[in-house]
Amino acid sequence: MNSFSGQRRLTVAVLTALALATSATACGSGLGGTGTKAADSGTYTVWDPYPQFAGDSAWTKLLDDCGGKAGVKIKRTAFDTSDLSNKVLLAAQQDNSPDVLIVDNPVVPTLAEAGVLTTTDDNKLDTSEVDPNLLGAGRSGGKTYGTPIGVNTLALYYNKDVLEIAGVDIASVRDWTSLTAALAKVKKAGKKGITFSAIGTEEGSFQFLPWFWGSGAKLTRLDSPQGVSALSLWTDWLKQGHAPNSVINNTQTTSWQEFASGDYAFAENGTWQLANAEDVGFDYGVLPVPGADGGTAAAPTGGEFVTVPVQSDTGRYTTTRKLVSCLTGAANLYTTDTTLSYLAPTSEVRDKQMAADAKFKPWAEAVKAAKGRTSGDLGTKYPKISEQMWKAIQSALSGSKSPKDALTAAQRAAN
Amino acid sequence: MSHTTHLPDRRAVPDRDEAAGAAPDRTTPRRRAHSRHWTAWAFLAPAALYLLLFYAYPLYRNLDLSLRDYTVRSFVRGDAPFTGLANYQTVFDDPTFAPALAHTTAFAAVSLLFQYAIGLALAVFFNEHFRLSATLRALFLVPWLLPLIVSASTWSWMLNSDSGIVNAALNAVGIDSVNWLTSPSWSLTSVIIANIWIGVPFNLVVLYSGLQSIPSSLYEAAALDGAGAWRRFRSITLPLLRPVSAITLLLGLIYTLKVFDIIWIMTKGGPADSSTTFATWSYRLGFGNLLPAFGPGAAVGNLLIVAALGFGLMHLRVQRKQYAS
Repeated sequence: MNSFSGQRRLTVAVLTALALATSATACGSGLGGTGTKAADSGTYTVWDPYPQFAGDSAWTKLLDDCGGKAGVKIKRTAFDTSDLSNKVLLAAQQDNSPDVLIVDNPVVPTLAEAGVLTTTDDNKLDTSEVDPNLLGAGRSGGKTYGTPIGVNTLALYYNKDVLEIAGVDIASVRDWTSLTAALAKVKKAGKKGITFSAIGTEEGSFQFLPWFWGSGAKLTRLDSPQGVSALSLWTDWLKQGHAPNSVINNTQTTSWQEFASGDYAFAENGTWQLANAEDVGFDYGVLPVPGADGGTAAAPTGGEFVTVPVQSDTGRYTTTRKLVSCLTGAANLYTTDTTLSYLAPTSEVRDKQMAADAKFKPWAEAVKAAKGRTSGDLGTKYPKISEQMWKAIQSALSGSKSPKDALTAAQRAAN
Repeated sequence: MSHTTHLPDRRAVPDRDEAAGAAPDRTTPRRRAHSRHWTAWAFLAPAALYLLLFYAYPLYRNLDLSLRDYTVRSFVRGDAPFTGLANYQTVFDDPTFAPALAHTTAFAAVSLLFQYAIGLALAVFFNEHFRLSATLRALFLVPWLLPLIVSASTWSWMLNSDSGIVNAALNAVGIDSVNWLTSPSWSLTSVIIANIWIGVPFNLVVLYSGLQSIPSSLYEAAALDGAGAWRRFRSITLPLLRPVSAITLLLGLIYTLKVFDIIWIMTKGGPADSSTTFATWSYRLGFGNLLPAFGPGAAVGNLLIVAALGFGLMHLRVQRKQYAS
């Protein structure tokens, strides 16, 4: 019996060693795979967050054209936005980064902090044409880590039919007081006021920012009187029934569905809904989010940056630069942004877009006032602040804390 | 394993000694045993390898993640400093810890209680053979067959504060709307209700098969002795169902502890952490933010694994005691 168990122990040891050896070789062949990629200099990998564009879409064709011009083949992989940053971190860990990475702008400082991205000093991308307020999202520690491929932002969509029934003149909506007054009129007329997304994710913070910035508050101090006034505006809307309680759980998509039902006077939503807006079956208009005392509030910029991840084979950067310039150079930017239904990050191309289609006009205005979420050297501090901000929004809107207490707690936790 | 070792032998043999006698070759029994062990391990190797690669290694990685101070930078470079239990300390000190623990406990306890009670009631009901019994039983399995994303999204539509069918029904009978998913006092209840609905079929199926193995002669004898339905249930069904009940509850517990999709889809653990459990908290730490906190996220995940393991061991002990007695 004794010798049997001794034997068994030995066998286990041997098997373990075998398994470890096998897994080690598995890792080895994995690394070998990376090596083949580097050696196969004719194929360049592009990762983007546009799974909605299939292999036969205009976007894929554009990528292939650019690859053709640079004399290389493009291997494109599309990821879900929320998935992409972790995939990139993992790939970088294994020295297997894509050649071109198109990534949501607030993620850029995080990836830059991780040492995944090259600066424009290294990759020699030309960003001189891009509006500085839009380039800001891709800057961290005084360096720039890419160039925006296109931008979108938030504004207020309004339903002309509902406003007419309620007797609201949209020209009278200039600041928060007049907006709230308009909502009261809409409610009196038996219609619903405004819908937005206040969900407990980055989306909620994104939607709150135009109001937060419009009050004059700064992200470095969440619990300033201005910040509290912005959160109180939302909370009061909920209390008075100007906004539905469901906003606490609304994503921007579900919020849009509420607006598309035709009952709501206003909806805060993004440029990307323009195509859907044509199908809602009622007359709509677009108004930049007003500031607390009038003017246009700064809305956060959405949209992706084209970045060039660090490669062990630095010789690849030359071709990569050709690819990126092809996508974002003045000549092609119009095609790219029309393909992606974004606004261009340069005023020259935006003018061209407005000339082609007047519906871009209010958006161009909103983009001019827009601000990157990580701008102002917030960089990797932003994710922490944003998480506390959406928690505060949720606490205040659900009534578990007053706006002031919620933001005070958020400020304490963000530091 | 002795079963596998016998495979090379031509005829079925009940035990090792007989097998040795049956095969007339000259190798000493010692060596034969030796080579047979190797055969056994060779058969075992694929499973062992699989376990090591897909269970042991990820567990080890998760443990390693939770013991190091990972930032995005050190994650990429793989040079995160070892910090011992600092991540666990962070997790314990987090203001989310106590509520998350309370929610996880309440979520698991209430879900299990109702899943088991309803499952058992339905199992007893379907054990009485009647027309359409099989069809109805099959229909009850639907929640189990639906992908979780479908059922969770459906629940969140039904429980929507403004346009949900549940509130519409409540209004129709004159009750005020309830903010099922958006009020801190209701959100946990809502996700528990959805989870019970999803868990009932599992309990039904397992308990029903347990009921099938109780001999009907026992019931007949009890009926002759004048035992009523309730008495028969308490004195025959429940005691004889105990081993099956134990495994059902244990599996249910492990499943409930790790429930993530339903909560994440319905409430994202909110509003204001009011439906956050360890599972959603772990995900939020690791992936819910633009700046992932892998270390604390892995620490919370490990706490969950330890809890499930603890209950598993408890089950084994109880079972051993049962056999011993």
